[in-house]
Amino acid sequence: MHMHKFEKIWLIFGIGALVVFLSVVGVSAFYLGNKPPSCLTTIDPKKVDTQAPFDKPGLNKVEGKEWDYELVYVASAFFYNPGEVEVPLGAKVKVIATTKDVVHGFQVAGTNINMMLEPGYVNEIVTTFDKEGEYLVVCNEYCGTGHHLMSSKIKVVK
Amino acid sequence: MSSQTTKLKVDPRDGKLAMAHFYVAFIALALGGLMGLLQTLVRSGKFELPWGIDYYQVLTVHGVLMGLVLTTFFIMGFQYAAISRTAGTHSPAARRIGWIGFWVMTIGTIMAATMVLLKEASVLYTFYAPLKAHWIFYLGMTFVVVGSWLDGAAQIMTYARWRKENPGKPSPLLSFMAIINTVMWIVATLGVASTVLFQLLPWSLGLVDTVDVLVSRTLFWYFGHPLVYFWLLPAYMCWYAIIPKIIGGKIFSDSLARLSFILFLLFSIPVGFHHQLTEPGIDPAWKFLQVVLTFMVIIPSLMTAFSLFATFERYGRSKGATGLFGWFKVLPWKDARFTVPFIGMASFIPAGAGGIINASNQMNQVVHNTIWVTGHFHLTAATSVVLTFFGITFWLVPHLTGRKLTKAMNKLAIIQGWVWFIGMAFMSGAMHFQGLLGGPRRSAFSTYGDSAQAAEWIPYQIAQAVGGSILFLGIILMLIIFVNLAFFAPKGEEEFPVGEAENLEEKAPMIFENWKLWLGITALLILFAYTIPFIDIIQNAPPGSPGFKTWGSW
Repeated sequence: MHMHKFEKIWLIFGIGALVVFLSVVGVSAFYLGNKPPSCLTTIDPKKVDTQAPFDKPGLNKVEGKEWDYELVYVASAFFYNPGEVEVPLGAKVKVIATTKDVVHGFQVAGTNINMMLEPGYVNEIVTTFDKEGEYLVVCNEYCGTGHHLMSSKIKVVK
Repeated sequence: MSSQTTKLKVDPRDGKLAMAHFYVAFIALALGGLMGLLQTLVRSGKFELPWGIDYYQVLTVHGVLMGLVLTTFFIMGFQYAAISRTAGTHSPAARRIGWIGFWVMTIGTIMAATMVLLKEASVLYTFYAPLKAHWIFYLGMTFVVVGSWLDGAAQIMTYARWRKENPGKPSPLLSFMAIINTVMWIVATLGVASTVLFQLLPWSLGLVDTVDVLVSRTLFWYFGHPLVYFWLLPAYMCWYAIIPKIIGGKIFSDSLARLSFILFLLFSIPVGFHHQLTEPGIDPAWKFLQVVLTFMVIIPSLMTAFSLFATFERYGRSKGATGLFGWFKVLPWKDARFTVPFIGMASFIPAGAGGIINASNQMNQVVHNTIWVTGHFHLTAATSVVLTFFGITFWLVPHLTGRKLTKAMNKLAIIQGWVWFIGMAFMSGAMHFQGLLGGPRRSAFSTYGDSAQAAEWIPYQIAQAVGGSILFLGIILMLIIFVNLAFFAPKGEEEFPVGEAENLEEKAPMIFENWKLWLGITALLILFAYTIPFIDIIQNAPPGSPGFKTWGSW
């Protein structure tokens, strides 16, 4: 099978770029710790309200961990609990969330906090709120008639 | 048998079945397009749906009709005709199976559509559990898939007959490409068929109480990514093997075209996790592995881009064009059969770049489930693929109905292509920008309690409504052209263009037709990418989910 010289050059360049690109993504994920949210913890979706940490939704100060606060959300059609929360500026926060019913999509608009919430699973992401302001939390996975009304607010304050 | 293989015209009996597919496809375009228009109008905030119609019902109809019905019917009709043209008229047995497939798909579509209209299945075309639709919806979807298998079986039978009658010879390029796509479709649909038959149907019938959500989603996305390649490969068939003939050039390399299709078969399936990157319950190492496999399709994509532009440049230079880009000007811009698919082809450059962003592991968090993604697949599927399908329609429909594409219709077709391009530039462009601000996909109009961030992205939703309206105009033009070509255009002969390779002496290596080898590697890659994570998902499964109906009834 014959391959034109220009096509060889083109493919070598393309595949080379691909290798570099995938290496950058891989190093960022596994060496720098920027893995996509992939929490492996499971939970009985019928008993969410009685289990820690979901028995206390909201911002909770923690000690002796890599993060200062845990921000706990319980999602259900078509609400987030809590509906509004204040976070101190510069705080390192682990956002922990789960759903009691269908699949929801937890996204803080204007940030990289974006993770799927699926019944039976906990999902989490560690982040630092380093910009003051009010952030809108939306549901970005279709969950029913009120999907577009499902939201919450995070106020980052000094 | 050479008389059969060099047959220039599709047998009218095969043409009838292909046309049956196209009627359904274009009805789906008309209804699905109207739903799309309504969605963009609702999202602009200036319009509300009358008579208690629900936004998400409209969204379900749009997704099912455009993503599943229009595409599957058009592709099966086109491939059935392309095989008849290049590998010979289908046998009566193959044709009968094709007709059964057509009717099974059509009945399935009607079943699913009825349930959606009755508000028993506002679950969108991805029907993620534990949203629970009426069992007839799931059964209808099963019929669509099974019908497409029968349609595919008819194509495989005719291909197998050609191989038997021409031992030691590589099959006609178009037939080979169609069979690759059919085989990929059959392997891919095993995933969605499994979740529907073994999980969702028994559950919606009340035979079991709960469903394993992550297993269902994983099976869905095992199917969901090759689904988009199933849409794309027929467009590639047109670009590789038909466009060169239309412009009067040659196929750059027959063998490389086949190799790229084989690479698409291998690397389209074991990659579904890149749609599940932000999901809990899946180990990030396995996600990354599938990301790497996903990016392997960049190789055949680069090969395709090279081949197409090489064909264009060589043709242009043979016409005396000079300079670095002189060849570009001499391309037949006044021929809709070329220009409209070319707009699609050019759109694939930003569309493909967007796809690379989406699949980039952690970078996916920036755009996942935002309306950026909707903007992305309206460039890939709804521009590159659909404009190429329209480009095929301009000659295939009159070829099958014994009519001619008139000069007036050719002109209208070119206008249609540009109208589509402009409409999509507004709509898809605005979707991309809004997505970067965090605007979610699949959502009705909402100010989110007068949130300042939402107020920032609402102007983009108005731009989408402008784009959506222009696109709907494009759909009306396309329907006029289709009806003209099917029923009213003057009688005559329209060519079914099939390109020839530049180097006819170079025979494609027979290893490309070794299905045991390619199916074997496909299976190995799938097992490699899925076995361990899938066992993990099942072994560590949480308690199952009961069903929910979180949408209103009539």
